[in-house]
Amino acid sequence: MTTDRREFLAHAGKYLLLTGAAAVAFDKVMAGRPAEADNYRTTDHWWAYAIDIEKCIGCGSCVRACKAENGVPLEPFYFRTWVERYHVRPEDSLHPEVDSPNGGYDGFRELYAAGDGSKSFFVPKMCNHCADSPCEQVCPVGATFRSPDGVVLVDKKYCLGCRYCIQACPYGCRFLDPRTNTADKCTLCYHRITKGKTTACVEVCPTGARQLGDLKNPKDPIHAFLKDNKVQVLKPQMATGAKLYYAGLDGSVR
Amino acid sequence: MPPVEQISGFMYPNEMELQWSLLIVLYPYITGLVAGAFILASLARVFNVAAVKPTYRLSLLTALAFLLVAPLPLQLHLGHPERSFEMYLTPHRTSAMAMFGFVYLWYLMAVLVLEIWLDYRREIVEAWKESKGIKRVLYRALALGADNVDEESLRVDERVGRVITIIGIPSAFLLHGYVGFIFGSIKANPWWSTPMMPIVFLFSAIVSGIAAVLLLYMLVSWLSDRPVDMACVDTVARYLFYAFAIDFSLELLDLVHRIYEADESFRSLDFMVKTKLFTSQIVMQIILGTLLPLGLLGLIQVVRVSEQARKAIATVSSLLTLAGIFAMRWNVVIGGQLFSKSFLGYTTYKVQFATREGLLPAVLLLLLPFGILWLLLKLLPPWKDEHPAGLPEVI
Amino acid sequence: MAAGGVRPDHGAASMRESLRHRQHLFRVAALFVTGLLLFVAVRALLVPPDFGLYGHYRAGALTDIRKTAPSFAGRSACADCHPDISEALAKGKHARIGCESCHGALGRHAADPEKLKPAMLEIPALCLSCHTANVAKPKKFPQIDPSDHGDGARCTSCHAAHHPGDAP
Repeated sequence: MTTDRREFLAHAGKYLLLTGAAAVAFDKVMAGRPAEADNYRTTDHWWAYAIDIEKCIGCGSCVRACKAENGVPLEPFYFRTWVERYHVRPEDSLHPEVDSPNGGYDGFRELYAAGDGSKSFFVPKMCNHCADSPCEQVCPVGATFRSPDGVVLVDKKYCLGCRYCIQACPYGCRFLDPRTNTADKCTLCYHRITKGKTTACVEVCPTGARQLGDLKNPKDPIHAFLKDNKVQVLKPQMATGAKLYYAGLDGSVR
Repeated sequence: MPPVEQISGFMYPNEMELQWSLLIVLYPYITGLVAGAFILASLARVFNVAAVKPTYRLSLLTALAFLLVAPLPLQLHLGHPERSFEMYLTPHRTSAMAMFGFVYLWYLMAVLVLEIWLDYRREIVEAWKESKGIKRVLYRALALGADNVDEESLRVDERVGRVITIIGIPSAFLLHGYVGFIFGSIKANPWWSTPMMPIVFLFSAIVSGIAAVLLLYMLVSWLSDRPVDMACVDTVARYLFYAFAIDFSLELLDLVHRIYEADESFRSLDFMVKTKLFTSQIVMQIILGTLLPLGLLGLIQVVRVSEQARKAIATVSSLLTLAGIFAMRWNVVIGGQLFSKSFLGYTTYKVQFATREGLLPAVLLLLLPFGILWLLLKLLPPWKDEHPAGLPEVI
Repeated sequence: MAAGGVRPDHGAASMRESLRHRQHLFRVAALFVTGLLLFVAVRALLVPPDFGLYGHYRAGALTDIRKTAPSFAGRSACADCHPDISEALAKGKHARIGCESCHGALGRHAADPEKLKPAMLEIPALCLSCHTANVAKPKKFPQIDPSDHGDGARCTSCHAAHHPGDAP
């Protein structure tokens, strides 16, 4: 009886007083393993992401690492991150040729000849973790949400699979996971970044084209990235408050 | 599973799979029929259009039959149907979809059921008093055990019913305008994102509802061997013509605006309409589903033709209208997913047959309201004068 | 409430009469109110207790999402046990490349180094996945055409994988 009540109080108090992360830590302490408790506080962070187009070599390491780290289905139409190749004739930047074979998972076979007067480059894509995200706006039940540290996430136990969020994302970053029948998307490796690790895609990117950033940390190199480069977000006219910043983004990219 | 070969040009990889299927086409179609049928009913009641009175009760029952089916396609389409009650638990304030449950319940319970109940109370009580056994229990329950059907009570019903109809009209507008808003508010999708969407949805709903009731009125009269009130058919057909003319003007306005503005999405959408959507948009929706019925209905407004011919024209135009509005829903829902949001490519939608979201469940869902309507007609016959407790055997 | 039909001079009897004319409405109203109360009660029972703590979502979802164990250990975990390689790597042109970029996800190896040994790497394929020439790659990036480079020799016989530029 006493244990029950103490448990109940601990449970209720925990959720009332602590942030989600602190609640995890609290669980660990209560389980007698305080060493594993972490001190991640959601309110101390505001996550963003930076991609330097000039550095991307289209190797597809990020796509493979993302699928491995997050158990994303391997079919060629489920991606939390993918890489596109643009081929643009300078005089017709409105109609680029774009491809993304298997999302860039297997890299890119050469399709174009050098010196044909056009420009080619790779564009890695992923969730923009928008501050005013349209997907979060349209979710009818609150199964998709923006965490206090600025990451757009899906509650897989609560999502009813209506797919309105997939329709609302201007960037095509969401899909319906065929195994759970719930919406799925990039979590910015939330299970990693809250443990002090970087995302899987950043971890494996061989050229440093990808960079995770915490805008609330004044020492984070992302501030230099934003200051030293001409940066742009995708589809700025959508006004989604995208936090995925590109350096060297060509106007033809959509 | 979309074979990658179905893609022409470039789509974002996650776009290859179409998210909203045939069932989501049914949803606005069925809801539209509800709103339209109700608005026709309120013409008779609130605006006292005597000529359409014979369709009043049939319109209400039709609206109810379709409204009961309206959430089923949504339910069947959900990845987790068992979680749909979350819309009632934690509706998200900013989500256009979250309000559906509430708008639906409001319209079903506070408007339709109440209005039908008040209008039928005398017959329900009579049926309760006259019948025996299970039927007696049923009608008694329907009457909520209240048998006050004296003149004064009925006068109260009439007054309350009128107020409900008056509330019902904006509610019907809300119900379907709101369905349009679900699509019209998606800024990511230029095919959907237009403030015209709710209003176009509303008028097309009125058009489809009127056509459905007109058809059902003639069908039910024929099946139950009752004379068709030609003045009624002519009037309803005239309203159909007017509503359709407004609807088509609104759609044309949208079209002209898109063509003239020719924004970044235009080339892509224009190409789609001329290729992938050519049959369903140009042929089915515009030529066969709009211009032809508009022409036919217009013809009987200006040329005097025989009663038989007017009946035939009303029937054919109604059928064409229903097909045309269905094509319109298809073009909105499916069309909005055939092009890439990169405006660089297209996919194809192939309807499957006996899958959860295939043709078979869609056809069954479209037939279901007619089954429900048949039951309702048995239970609550719309003819006030004769045979209060049941339809003749023909039906 | 006292709508038409009720005359003031009739008093209590007419009041009763008027209520009788409306008794069905009271029953409907009672039904609606019951339904509404039932809804409120059921809702209070079913909404997850942690819903809405930080925003319009289930706070526990954050905990659920964090539970996943990382597959990639991260380069600092590698350096803990392989300081020699880590130092060599830091001096060469591959300094910025994470260990697991080439060696694959090794979280399980880091957790139990004895049991799970990383697989041998497929040398030409791995190197070529980055260094095959492609016009879409940045011009500065070192690229080769495998058909006219290296005479079919193993890449690592000329290039030191961890510090290319130096002899292996």
